[in-house]
Amino acid sequence: MSATLVAEAPDQTQTGTLADVLPGVLGTTSDDTDKAYLVAADKILDALAYLRDKEGYDFLSSVTCVDYQGYNGKQRKGISERFDVVYHLYSTKKGGGHVVLHAPIPSNDTIASATSLFPGANLQEREVYDLYGIKFEGHPNLRRILLWDGFNGHPMRKDWKEAYFDEDSKPFRSRHPKGSYEFHEDKLPWGKNATYPAGWDPDTWQAPVAYVPVSQAPKHLGEAHLDTESIVVNLGPHHPSTHGVFRMLTRIEGETILALEPEMGYLHRNHEKIGERNTYLMNMPFTDRLDYLNSMSNNWGYALAVEKLTGIEVPERAEYIRVIMAEFTRFVNHTWSIGFILNDLGALQTPALYAIEEREMILDLFEEVSGARLMCNYLRFGGVVRDLTAGWLTKARYLANDRLPRALDELDRMLTDNEILMARGRGVGYLPAEDLISLSVSGPMIRAAGVAYDIRKAEPYGVYDRFDFEIPTLPHSDIYDRYYIRLLEARQSVRILQQALADIPGGETVGFGDYASATLSQGFGSIMGGKGGYNLRPPEGEAYARVESPKGELGFYIASDGKPNPWRYHVRSPCYINLNALGPMSVGYKLADAVVILGAIDIVLGEVDR
Amino acid sequence: MATVPPNFPEIKQEQLKPYLHDSIVVPDELQGNVLITTLDKVYNWSRKSSMWPLLFGLACCAIEMIATAASRYDLARFGMEVMRPSPRQSDLMIVSGTVTKKMVPAIVRIYNQMAEPRYVLAMGACATGGGPFKEGYNVVSGIDKYIPVDVYVPGCPPTPEALIYGLLKVHEKVERQSILTVPWYRKDQSEFVPVPRLGADIFDPRQVELIKETTMKKPVEASAATTGGGDAAAHAAGPKAVSGKAKSRMEEAKRRAAAKRAG
Ligand code: SF4
Repeated sequence: MSATLVAEAPDQTQTGTLADVLPGVLGTTSDDTDKAYLVAADKILDALAYLRDKEGYDFLSSVTCVDYQGYNGKQRKGISERFDVVYHLYSTKKGGGHVVLHAPIPSNDTIASATSLFPGANLQEREVYDLYGIKFEGHPNLRRILLWDGFNGHPMRKDWKEAYFDEDSKPFRSRHPKGSYEFHEDKLPWGKNATYPAGWDPDTWQAPVAYVPVSQAPKHLGEAHLDTESIVVNLGPHHPSTHGVFRMLTRIEGETILALEPEMGYLHRNHEKIGERNTYLMNMPFTDRLDYLNSMSNNWGYALAVEKLTGIEVPERAEYIRVIMAEFTRFVNHTWSIGFILNDLGALQTPALYAIEEREMILDLFEEVSGARLMCNYLRFGGVVRDLTAGWLTKARYLANDRLPRALDELDRMLTDNEILMARGRGVGYLPAEDLISLSVSGPMIRAAGVAYDIRKAEPYGVYDRFDFEIPTLPHSDIYDRYYIRLLEARQSVRILQQALADIPGGETVGFGDYASATLSQGFGSIMGGKGGYNLRPPEGEAYARVESPKGELGFYIASDGKPNPWRYHVRSPCYINLNALGPMSVGYKLADAVVILGAIDIVLGEVDR
Repeated sequence: MATVPPNFPEIKQEQLKPYLHDSIVVPDELQGNVLITTLDKVYNWSRKSSMWPLLFGLACCAIEMIATAASRYDLARFGMEVMRPSPRQSDLMIVSGTVTKKMVPAIVRIYNQMAEPRYVLAMGACATGGGPFKEGYNVVSGIDKYIPVDVYVPGCPPTPEALIYGLLKVHEKVERQSILTVPWYRKDQSEFVPVPRLGADIFDPRQVELIKETTMKKPVEASAATTGGGDAAAHAAGPKAVSGKAKSRMEEAKRRAAAKRAG
């Protein structure tokens, strides 16, 4: 099986090739990479509007930026601009592949904000502004998002270096023959990984806060009967309802929310900056720590992107193993999130304890093959790191055929007709499907609004096209449906698991010929012509691959310049982008509902902040 | 040959003597019912048997912390199942995850709000020393750069078993403490930790002078001693002009590295 199952970008349109009709198009990148259209920066809105209205690309999946300073590959011949703002669009109606737009802009320039066409660009443009310093004109709220106001510089720029290393790539032992690398951090008087610009005076320094995010909310919702005063209530970053270190600023009148603003970055771990310094293989364990409930799906997304970039083939047994792992993960995630939605509703702990009971059994299986319960680091480019252990399949079959369906029945029996869940869930947090799509929301959230969009069907990867399963949808787009859709999806996962565990090629045989990672068993060297062993050097180009993670569309965007570490490594995080909908969904409901609305989006802060 | 049977009440009396201060005599008829021990022991036993952790998760390690509290590993066995979201009601802070610069002021503030006696357990590689993300520009290399830590649990993430082992170590530490010497009953001893602030980068109020020494130097030297920043010019050179304190730090670091190699 090949990773290139991923459909190619549709080139042909109703009116000819896209390159001919797209407004402002300057050219395309070469064919041996993910094809991208170069679009003049001042025409970007026209191009996006054309794609949305004429070609049906209604889902702006990812907005990001690449800094090409110091890049010397063939791809950038003849382009002098330093930055490219990169857009990936999909169609939720037609399914299939993406259209990629690159808008080159010089340093310190501005580009029009896409928020007028796709409100879902909101958070992503703020992130680009924060990390690259690119200004989006017309953006409603262009502030820093992951870092704090007043932070010095824009850290993802290529010329911004951390105080810790102060080097371009990781200082390997071999580059320091004496074997004693002195960290830059240790040479600084304050002994911390911190940078202060010259002339900066900590005594007189004032944070440049000019804007209180929820201050512009209307004073009342609708007609005011009483002359009440609205107040700002802060939840987080340390708050039991926020599922980690997340902060919500709400303006409320009585208990009704007038405006809600998410604040994040409290777990911003610089995943992308570190990823650019790492080699390709070194990034694999870091992806575990994105959405730390679902390390296997994260691994898969990343492996898929690198496989797409390099054209590595995956053996069939490994494809099945991946499916099995991903579906177990989905089960774990969905039962976990069901338990914690109930937790947020006030049913403290009991449903959660029931819901995560089976999780321990599944984690035992993970531990058996990978050595770790949580951070499995099990997938590799071209397969998985090692074969299943003896007897693993028997245990897995027992779970999939016996225990997991029973556990779901139990949850169903306990919760689905539960009066509190009905009363608190029905009709709360409503947002229509069109709004959700324009806000770039993906995953169970849109399926609970009646949109049958699942990447496993819309653009099948791996061997998902071989299994018989359905995409459940529910019509109401409220908390209750978001709870119930997870239960239904977990049932479908069990269904896929049963099939995959039954048909896995090689069956119980351990050490089956074609099992493990093609790259590891043959050595990267033989495939990529690099320095043997583990030093993968993909050809110059870029790739975007996505998987249906339990949270939504998890995408990895990788740009390579042919060196052992990625030039650009970006994670399109479903949790982060789904938070676009938090504000619009909460307005008009009670403060206590906002807690559940957040819980039903199902975020994991490791992935939100990266 | 008749051996004299040991007189257990007498032996016990003998053993207890040091604790009795010559004043407490347990009447014979109560010997079987009354237990005499030290105040320290009772005090510490009750503290360690109802040590409430702060409900406080930072990152991936928090998931393992929840798993530890769930039914399989069952933290309730140690009297620790009551996780309190309020720092006022909790005794133990489990720093479970990556400490970021943006978060650390909040953590220090929470720590200051906890009533003494309070304990801190650094769970996982991140809280201990920065972990896999140590090099990150927004990551703090371990919570002990700011607040005192009692027990470190290594791992990424530590398994629930490891966490339980660490918690038992906290209990042991509690058991070894004595009312006479614990800091929180002394006069004028408040362990208030100054809250770090977010400026151009994070800074500890205790280090303001140190930072100013470098940043407020004459422009030419200053730009050589700082790095980062938005402009390439701002960090053109490595740290050439180093202050005396920096030199001593460097030597310290070299010594440490040499000792590590030797040992
Ligand atoms: S130590 Fe590992 S598991 Fe724990 S927070 Fe850090 S990265 Fe996550």
